Amino acid sequence: MNPGPFALFKWEAAVAEWPVFAIGLGTTALVSVLALVLSLALGLAFGMAGAAKAKGLRAPARVYVEFFQNTPLVIQIFFLYNGLPYAGLVLPVLAVGVLGVGIYHGAYVAEIVRAGIAAVPLGQKEAAASQGFNAWQTMVHVVLPQTRKVVLPPLTNQAVFLIKNTSVLAMVAGGDLMYHADSWAAGNLYYGPAYVITGLLYLALCLPLSRWVRKMEKRTAVLA
Amino acid sequence: MIEELLQPKNLWFLAQGLGVTLIISVGSLFLSFMFGTTLGVFRHSGSKPWAKAAGLYVEVVRNIPNLLFILGVRFLTPLPPLVAAIVAFTIFTTAAVAEIVRGGLNSIPKGQWEAARSQGFSSLGILVHVVLPQALRNMVPPLMSQAITVIKDTSFVWVVGIEELTGKGMILMGMYATLPQVFTLFGLLAATYFAVNFGLARWSRAVKART
Repeated sequence: MNPGPFALFKWEAAVAEWPVFAIGLGTTALVSVLALVLSLALGLAFGMAGAAKAKGLRAPARVYVEFFQNTPLVIQIFFLYNGLPYAGLVLPVLAVGVLGVGIYHGAYVAEIVRAGIAAVPLGQKEAAASQGFNAWQTMVHVVLPQTRKVVLPPLTNQAVFLIKNTSVLAMVAGGDLMYHADSWAAGNLYYGPAYVITGLLYLALCLPLSRWVRKMEKRTAVLA
Repeated sequence: MIEELLQPKNLWFLAQGLGVTLIISVGSLFLSFMFGTTLGVFRHSGSKPWAKAAGLYVEVVRNIPNLLFILGVRFLTPLPPLVAAIVAFTIFTTAAVAEIVRGGLNSIPKGQWEAARSQGFSSLGILVHVVLPQALRNMVPPLMSQAITVIKDTSFVWVVGIEELTGKGMILMGMYATLPQVFTLFGLLAATYFAVNFGLARWSRAVKART
């Protein structure tokens, strides 16, 4: 008789071999944190450039955002993993994950930062200028601090997307949670428990962040 | 060398992949729009049990990678690969559309409901004839960016061996493995996705500007 995809002994096997999932979860968390840092750095730089008056700053920011928002992450990851070695550059798979996911989400962060800067009233900049602040000081000390409330919820949403998207690493044997779960299941065909456990682990990573965003959005909706 | 890669036979091979990409995208977007609108309306309907159920669905699905649904539907159901891909994308995208619809409905002032009710509309009548048409206008930009996300993310299904655009590209890469050919191929794939998605984004901006 076919025991079914969710038979008890399959669950027992999954529980007994829990380090497989733990190692994957650790890699997913590590790649997520590093990629998040990279995406914030890139997003801040390109977001400020995108909000600038000078066309020489705005144009490259536009190109970065449009290119990465309109081409698949999978293509970018494959390029880093399968394409660059032809040019003699072999990156470790973790670096592929951090760079690929970080650069991709940096484009989304840049748009959030740019919109946040645009939402700060012009008078704030004028007032800062009248006090003798130069453009850079105005940005760092006056404009950016005021964007915090506006950009924090969408940035956290972006962090959730980023964590989920690290799973693309599974397509290049990246050693993340999705990869370990899938290759464990491909070995013993215990797909049922493997996928349920994986889903719950991603949920555990992402749900607290999503809930926080929901709470913040409700609060601003009440204020508005 | 590059001419060899770009011969009509190979371009046709890639075009077929683009066809599969678009079938999965359009099919799942259409289904997600129907299910997502239903769930979004449920969620909007206050604290009734179905609002809770719709909320639970959205919360769970939105916090799990789409890749897991693709693998799960492929390996845990007997569905043929292409159908499994459309089902997986529908499961995932329905949650996103439900959120967009809820946001769209929230953007319509209560007065619209009250005014329509005073004119004798039923709740469903208000929704269909008064609120949804107005909400739809606010929903166009986020729906368009969701469509772009779906088109990009269909590249995930290469993981279960479906030969959409990315898959076809990877197959070609196995046959034309020199530096200029590989880079040309990546450029061609990126440019194709870009043309489709950037075109959609442009069109969405034009629609928004008109309304």
